[in-house]
Amino acid sequence: MTLNLVLGQALNGLQFGLLLFLMAAGLTLVFGIMSFVNLAHGSLYMFGAYFAATIATHSGSFLLAVALSAALMFLLGLLLDAGGLRVLHQRSHLDQVLATFGVVIFANELVRVVWGNAPIYMDAPEALGGAVNLLGLNYPSYRFAIIVVGVLVALGLYLLIERTRMGMLIRAGATNRRMVSALGVNIAWLNRLVFALGAALAGLAGAMVGPIMSIEPGMGEPVLILTLVVIVIGGIGSIRGAFFGALVVGLVDTLGRIFIPIWLRESFDPAVATAVGPALASMLVYLLMAVLLAFKPDGLFPVKARG
Amino acid sequence: MSQTGNLRIVVASLIMVFLAMVPLYAWLANDIYVLTYFGRILAFALAALGLNLVLGFGGMASLGHAMYIGFGAYTVGILSTLGYVNGWLHLVVTMLVTLAISWPVGWIALRTRGMAFIMITLAFAQLFFYMFVSLRQFGGDEGLSLTQLSDFGILTGNKYAIYISLLAVLLAALWAVNRLVYSRFGLVLKATRYNEQRVNAVGTASQPYRLVAYMISAQICALAGYFMANINGFVSPSLMSWTVSAELIVMVLLGGMGTVFGPIAGAAGLLLIEDGLKMVTIHWPLILGPLILLVVLGMRQGIWGILLSAQDKARQSGGHH
Repeated sequence: MTLNLVLGQALNGLQFGLLLFLMAAGLTLVFGIMSFVNLAHGSLYMFGAYFAATIATHSGSFLLAVALSAALMFLLGLLLDAGGLRVLHQRSHLDQVLATFGVVIFANELVRVVWGNAPIYMDAPEALGGAVNLLGLNYPSYRFAIIVVGVLVALGLYLLIERTRMGMLIRAGATNRRMVSALGVNIAWLNRLVFALGAALAGLAGAMVGPIMSIEPGMGEPVLILTLVVIVIGGIGSIRGAFFGALVVGLVDTLGRIFIPIWLRESFDPAVATAVGPALASMLVYLLMAVLLAFKPDGLFPVKARG
Repeated sequence: MSQTGNLRIVVASLIMVFLAMVPLYAWLANDIYVLTYFGRILAFALAALGLNLVLGFGGMASLGHAMYIGFGAYTVGILSTLGYVNGWLHLVVTMLVTLAISWPVGWIALRTRGMAFIMITLAFAQLFFYMFVSLRQFGGDEGLSLTQLSDFGILTGNKYAIYISLLAVLLAALWAVNRLVYSRFGLVLKATRYNEQRVNAVGTASQPYRLVAYMISAQICALAGYFMANINGFVSPSLMSWTVSAELIVMVLLGGMGTVFGPIAGAAGLLLIEDGLKMVTIHWPLILGPLILLVVLGMRQGIWGILLSAQDKARQSGGHH
């Protein structure tokens, strides 16, 4: 177990965590301000990936593909909110979960009809095909680029929410929606923009994973469920919680998968290690969540919302 | 009892008589497949009945009940693979495993409310889902074909015996849930759904009631899984995937939340609709998805609620008896 292996995997964990943050930020903002839980957030991620792959194939430009895909998802977010998801805002969380579950079923099949059942692939741009040297460690440039984009988005969101008028309205809306509305803010449009922003971030995440994962129907659900774990660990509605939750989940998941089997092989009979290692590694994130919630049922950064 | 109250009893009886006639038809027509087909519906009806105890009566929206189906099914699968085939042993181990897991899981999950409860039950189900996916010696994600079904002597693997015993268990569970929800226990449980603070304020700690209801419903679902393994002769992690948990809730909602018989109508309804759509087009989820959306948005009362009179509806929504 060399230091380089640990560092490389830690960076992979960070990269995965930042991708989860892109997903979690949208989901937790939408939940915070509209009290709306959207299982179809994973489908937005899937559409982002498919759009990007299709645009990249036709235009040949990776950058255009990612940017256009995120922009398209922003528009789709506006349309979805205007076109009917709004109906769900007034319903119970259970209704929202089930209704958007219906949307997930529909979206996965729609992708099958349009793009087929087989996975499709997307190439990383040539400029990012190599490796960067980080203090003597060779790390794939593309994954490093994801880390950079993730950090930039996190910073941008922080500035948006803490330093702008719109961010102030979002925070106010999450605390007391009715009061903000009574003060003359068009809360419906604020909701719509936040929802579209979340959709764009999910689309961005989907577009960026294209080159490192296979793009296939149903690809959104595993990510969605980890994203839900992230926002519950972080405290539902808290963007800071989403950030730290995403990093914790990304690191624990990635490092656990690599090091638990290695560690078990050193301490136990190889047969036991082979049997238990993968099981324990994939359960680790959920175990973490269970232990955490047993002590802090509201997550790491609880949000107290009214009205 | 009002006119429509009688109507509901008539419809429920008709459904149960139909289900009881299935083995007779299978025997006369020499068509074993109908037993497997309706057996699957019975097993899901049993699971939905169990889920309704927490979801409909207790107001606890668990998105992870498929994991208990998995425990029942994998107990049969794993014990058979290891050479322990006794059916009673399978049954006892299923119940013990479910007890040992539903207790701590319920205790932790019930500390949360609303949205977080939905999410934490989902997370626990994923935890065990991935555990069974990782257990390669028991089939991993491809599942496990049972070398031998639960051993009950001469009746082992007899489709008629499995179907009839499942029907009997379903009837017993119906009777038990009916007794339970109209007992003092059930009254407290329903009261926590309307106003938990008040229940606590009158000096009844609500949490033990909710936990016990959760554990009973887990047992019913595990029992359903035990039968599913024996009906299919095959268990796989897909039995406990999160989509199954969601479908179970849709069944309860479709049948009518908080009615005793509703989940059975809902389970049969959803599975029959799915199979009907599969006959129409291979892209059936394109229709099923929007259909679920419509049921959630438009059919608050469910199939069973539609058979309630206006007076009963008022009484139910008021929550008084």
